[in-house]
Amino acid sequence: MADATSASIAQQKIESSGALRARISGGVLIALAVLVLFVLDVAAGEVATFKLTGPRDAIQIPNLVVPGGFNMLVAALLAFLGARLFFRGGGRWATMFIGIGLGIAVLAFLVWADAGKSFNLTGMLSETMVRAVPIALGGLAGVLSERVAVVNIAIEGMLLAGAFTGALMGSLLGSWLGLVAAVAIGGMFGMMLAALVVTFRMDQIIAGVVINLFVLGLTSYVTSQVFAEHRWMNNAEVFRRIEIPVLSDIPVLGPMLFSQNIFVYGALILVGVATYYLFHTKGGLRARAVGEHPRAADTLGVDVYWTRYLHVTLAGMVAGFGGAYFTLGSVGRFDENMTNGRGFIGLAAMIFGRWHPVGALMAALIFGFADSLQQKLALLNTPIPSEFLAMAPYLATIVVVAGLIGKARPPAADGQPYVKE
Amino acid sequence: MDVELRGITKRFGPVVANDNVNLTIRGGEVLGLLGENGAGKSTMMNILSGLYSPDEGEILIDGKPVVFEGPGDGIEAGIGMVHQHFMLVPVFTVAENVVLGVEPTGRLGYLDLKKARAQVDEINKKYGLRVPADELIENLPVGIQQRVEILKVLFREADVLILDEPTAVLTPQEVEEFFGIVSALRDSGKAIVFITHKLHEILAISDRISVLRQGAITGEGDPKELDEEKLAEMMVGRHVSFAVDKAPAQPGEEMLTLDGVTVLDDADEKVLNGVSFTVRSGEILGIAGVQGNGQTELVEVITGLARQNAGKLTFAGEDISHASVRDRHFRGMAHIPEDRHRMGMVDSFNIAENMALNSYYDEAYAAPFGSINWPRVHETAAAFCVDFDVRTPSVFLPGGSLSGGNQQKMVVARELERQTRLVVASQPTRGVDVGSIEYIHKRLVESRDEGDGVLIVSSELDEIMGLSDRILVMFEGRIVAEFDNTGGKADRNQVGLAMAGATGGEAAA
Amino acid sequence: MTSTIAKRELDDAGRKLLVRATQGRENFEDLVIVPIFAVVAALVLGALIMLATGVDIATIGKSFVALAVGSFGSLNAVSETLTAAIPLVLAGLGLGLGFRAGLFNIGAEGQLLMGGMAAAIFSFSFPGLPFPVLMLLSLTAGAVIGALYASIAGILKATTGAHEVISTIMLNLTSFQILVYLLRQPYIQKEGRSDPISKSVPDAGRLPQLLDWIDPNMRLHAGLFLMLIAVAFVWWLLFRSKIGFAFRASGANPDAARYAGMKSGLIVVAAMATAGALAGLAGAAQVQGVLGRASPGFSAGIGFDAIALALLGRSHPVGILFAGILFGGLEAGGRQMQVDAGVSIDLIAIIQALIIVFIAAPLLVRAIFPWGFTRATKGGK
Repeated sequence: MADATSASIAQQKIESSGALRARISGGVLIALAVLVLFVLDVAAGEVATFKLTGPRDAIQIPNLVVPGGFNMLVAALLAFLGARLFFRGGGRWATMFIGIGLGIAVLAFLVWADAGKSFNLTGMLSETMVRAVPIALGGLAGVLSERVAVVNIAIEGMLLAGAFTGALMGSLLGSWLGLVAAVAIGGMFGMMLAALVVTFRMDQIIAGVVINLFVLGLTSYVTSQVFAEHRWMNNAEVFRRIEIPVLSDIPVLGPMLFSQNIFVYGALILVGVATYYLFHTKGGLRARAVGEHPRAADTLGVDVYWTRYLHVTLAGMVAGFGGAYFTLGSVGRFDENMTNGRGFIGLAAMIFGRWHPVGALMAALIFGFADSLQQKLALLNTPIPSEFLAMAPYLATIVVVAGLIGKARPPAADGQPYVKE
Repeated sequence: MDVELRGITKRFGPVVANDNVNLTIRGGEVLGLLGENGAGKSTMMNILSGLYSPDEGEILIDGKPVVFEGPGDGIEAGIGMVHQHFMLVPVFTVAENVVLGVEPTGRLGYLDLKKARAQVDEINKKYGLRVPADELIENLPVGIQQRVEILKVLFREADVLILDEPTAVLTPQEVEEFFGIVSALRDSGKAIVFITHKLHEILAISDRISVLRQGAITGEGDPKELDEEKLAEMMVGRHVSFAVDKAPAQPGEEMLTLDGVTVLDDADEKVLNGVSFTVRSGEILGIAGVQGNGQTELVEVITGLARQNAGKLTFAGEDISHASVRDRHFRGMAHIPEDRHRMGMVDSFNIAENMALNSYYDEAYAAPFGSINWPRVHETAAAFCVDFDVRTPSVFLPGGSLSGGNQQKMVVARELERQTRLVVASQPTRGVDVGSIEYIHKRLVESRDEGDGVLIVSSELDEIMGLSDRILVMFEGRIVAEFDNTGGKADRNQVGLAMAGATGGEAAA
Repeated sequence: MTSTIAKRELDDAGRKLLVRATQGRENFEDLVIVPIFAVVAALVLGALIMLATGVDIATIGKSFVALAVGSFGSLNAVSETLTAAIPLVLAGLGLGLGFRAGLFNIGAEGQLLMGGMAAAIFSFSFPGLPFPVLMLLSLTAGAVIGALYASIAGILKATTGAHEVISTIMLNLTSFQILVYLLRQPYIQKEGRSDPISKSVPDAGRLPQLLDWIDPNMRLHAGLFLMLIAVAFVWWLLFRSKIGFAFRASGANPDAARYAGMKSGLIVVAAMATAGALAGLAGAAQVQGVLGRASPGFSAGIGFDAIALALLGRSHPVGILFAGILFGGLEAGGRQMQVDAGVSIDLIAIIQALIIVFIAAPLLVRAIFPWGFTRATKGGK
């Protein structure tokens, strides 16, 4: 019996879901190739100039000049990658192929937008870093709470609360105390979320939405009720950038990484610390166990409720710090709903980053890039309406949560309340 | 170490789970604790391990009373529990699972996994467990996972080991090997509590037996003086016959035929690999096998919940390879799902809604404008409840409020009361009391006698042996053996060997 | 479709099972006492917040009086309350239906914007059509576009598993940009205006006012009937129809729904589309009944308030109707409060958020008001 069937199976072609995914993404890459070839075509004679150093930088390197033929090359490469994925499947390289394909498509877009003009690439990369900060911190807050299986939709509210408190307390007590207060308020909302979902077993998503609505209402109320009259209460001093000697002189990398304000440095340090904590310490092991199999952790004497309280509170503090960036790290003044969905984008960064702090940071950089790109393109006078550029980060987020680029597994108990027996 | 439970009582709301229980556990001895589902065995052991606290009574260790306030306390006192549902984190390695909660650490809370690995290997060597310390749990077969659970308990230097239904996921041969480990542990002076509802196992391994019924101890004794019949009577409170009463099968036409059915999982591994067999009308075909060898996928493919990547299904002469769940339903396929809570019912729906869960679309329930004829649904549900002895005061109560046995009877009633031609029953009696088991078995045999084809998938070998006219054994997604079981003539040992992957078996009659 | 179920005659034992079980005390507590306590607790906390932001006691008293008078104190107030309730209830019904189907749709705001926009564009594109025809077709256009916009999130969830919370939020943010873009297009923008604002809805496309014969300032419009019809329709859909049965089963236990042969992807898309149609209708009703044109942010947070509403109404159409009238009252009263006592209307948003906290965490309400529950009944309260 067994022999007969194995023979009949050999004749049938078995298509798996992985192969189908490779086909779809291959098709997408081929479509991109066509797009680059016909829409983003740059006349052969034209060049795109990318400035890498400013006039006052210590070390000067020449501008990057890309000839128009570059886009032909990109189209060819895209077509090759797409065809390979479509016909042969990518195997374990599939994700990488797609990543490379999308990356060079973006490059081609830049070259097209910049054709015949000149454009400060280093400035944009530096801006990318800055814009990635709140998203990365939001993502990190998401990682901390989802690793203990608490879905944290409230990050948006925590960012907003941090921004508000930073502005208010920064105005009253100085920027440093303002920052401390922002972190504390973030932590307080984290603890509140933990109380609602752990102790009162409220639905995690509802709890998050409610905190968002509450913070939005409260900050808007105070802004119109109090700040409108007392403007001095909403005028904090902004943290200046700190140049790190020597390192900040490195071309391109220097302005990106070593000539930024404390929020950029803070975000990088926090990502490092969180990675070490989650994957190399006792506390991290316990936290992850609580997120994957809380009952198992409970039977071994790990206090599930306490672990969740602790990490969601920490997540709130991280988000509070990230929120302070909007005021203390940027304009010094709070405006209604000024976070404008960055917390949710942070959540998407967490998903894209596969629930890993470094992954979340990388994803945040991509979003930051989209964000700063939109800013720069407005200056380059491209024929694309500004509203469409403004949509770019949101659409990118949808693409990410749709998992069109690789899928990962969330912590097994994510979103489920734990009830002790 | 000796442990004594004195007058333990535990209530959950109005339900008394344990009623004035007295029990003594001694070092160097295996205590067998017998009771049917819902008798209160697990509650008692959760009290002993510190997960629950008793409402009345006390626990004494070596004569001194102790109070447990949390699960950590039981472990600290030297009482370790191996749960029926494994308490392992699938994405952690063996070493990480074992040290969780008592991690060896360096400075700054640094997790010393090297040390953990060494410690795991040491215990491995001492008790001959042979568990790979660096493998992820999800990559290990269930038999090894169980040893990880034991390792966890030994790592915490427990002197009392509570094993809750430990053989449920093992083949008969694995059970033998497992008994070897248990004996070794006993001989090293540990006290073992072996909880089960399987009579032959408790007789084979215990030094002493206690029987629990409806929360109270109803019998104690020496296994040498007891036999299965006496134990069964102590467990259920009346005389039970485990042999299913049925006439020889009279197989008719081919009802369901699978031809080379193959299913891939997300990682493109074959979870079903060229499965071919036929169920005839008027026969019960049993699929035996250790859980996780493709049975779930097999049932999903047959019922239309999953699509095969290759192969063909034929139902009563018609190709149903691409038919929908609903289409198969209306062609007369009944499906009793393996996990009623996950699939078989909606807890918050009332009994009537649950009884119409998959036939709300039936013409009998149709009303104008796409409405449902609710009075008709209610009447039908009431009739089903009466027929199947589902005990409830009203069909308007939530399905979740019924007891486990009644829930299962509700699901079985819904499936068998329709006009059916094929019954696919997966784990039809999991987690229900003996009375309900007998009843459900009787109804399945009746379906067969009315001319339905019946396919039973169960990891309880006793159930398969008792009910089936013919037995197929599944291992790693393939059918590896076939046995004729007319009059119960299949050799239990041979079936067991096939469950462990030994191919061949006996030629089909 | 064939039948496999025979008609059954019931004996006495069977008939006994058809007696409806009485609703337990606990049910009553959940449906009535918890909401009442939630509203009271939220109002008290609202007062504390006012106190904390330096509003004196007398003004707080005045604002609560204004809140009461502005919501239900006069015929005009009632008209305002109901006017505010119309879009809230319509959008809330959609969200409640989504919750029942297990979908947490936060996108009502965006769906409402797109629906309202579509209704505006449709109405001024066909100015020649007579009164009821243009009005009804414009409403339909709003519902259809709302449904389509919501379907994006539904389709993404059904095909890729993208969580609807994030995708609907992103669609909200996207819709704001789309709206501003559209409002600047020459075909849509009002002639002679440089700010983004649409042309006006012609009279034949407006929902007629109901009480302007008493006082032309009374804004209550025919959307009231639309709202009531929608309540009845959603009730029928959820609790009487086949598709509603499938919605509820999928929401309560998706695996069981799959087992029962319901197509989960189809149900997700259908539920999202229905919810989107209702939200789009809310937007259309707002444009055709109150505003008369579309402008940036004309939704004014109705889509977010509707989330609170659906939770407060326990995702039950009748509950949502009552919750909508309450929220409409808060809205109308809040405006009065801002005028009379100088307290920012944003306070209402805080009160609404607090109400949901208490509603969604009944354990919390029980912890705060232990005397309101079962123990009290024995004491004969």
